[in-house]
Amino acid sequence: MNHYETVFILNPVLSEEQIKETVKKYEEILVSKGAKMISKENWGLKKLAYAIQHKKSGFYHLFEYTVAGEAINELEIEFRRDERVMRYLTVALDKHAIAWAEKRRNRNKKTA
Amino acid sequence: MSSIEQQAKGKKEGDIRYLTPLNIETAKVKKYCMFQKSGIKYVDYKDPDFLMRFINEQGKILPRRLTGTSLKYQRKVAVAVKRARHIALMPYVADLLK
Repeated sequence: MNHYETVFILNPVLSEEQIKETVKKYEEILVSKGAKMISKENWGLKKLAYAIQHKKSGFYHLFEYTVAGEAINELEIEFRRDERVMRYLTVALDKHAIAWAEKRRNRNKKTA
Repeated sequence: MSSIEQQAKGKKEGDIRYLTPLNIETAKVKKYCMFQKSGIKYVDYKDPDFLMRFINEQGKILPRRLTGTSLKYQRKVAVAVKRARHIALMPYVADLLK
């Protein structure tokens, strides 16, 4: 089991319900592969630094989880097939990154 | 015998010479690696405002010789900037960023 973090950007034309549905779908994919979700973050609608598919904004979501490495491949295939996902990035976290992620979570909790 | 005035002026006419050397600051301000100094172990790609310090107005990554970052952290900064660009938190090309 490795520690991973995934950021994905959803199409801004989706309705709130469709977004919830999409996020849930990916969470379920991960859980079905035996992942343990550590945190989920919703950054909301953010302006993009450059246009992607002629869109200038997107819904950002962040997952942090531990899962066996093979599951990442299947998750990313799903991302590529899905038109609702404009961009995704999965990063493996090392020990410093895990420490930072935890610190960040605590800080966000305080401000929220 | 030349007069004192002439000696002070030196051989060339109009060449200004000073008896005491001018007080010009020559000590260079030493650059330092801000990651090592402040004990940051991980460069986060999710924080574009922080990474702004390491790019120029065009969005290019600044070299180590300008920022003073150590090699170890320069590599991490470069990776973090590239990741931030991929998820559109930072631009690949820009103009007048700062």
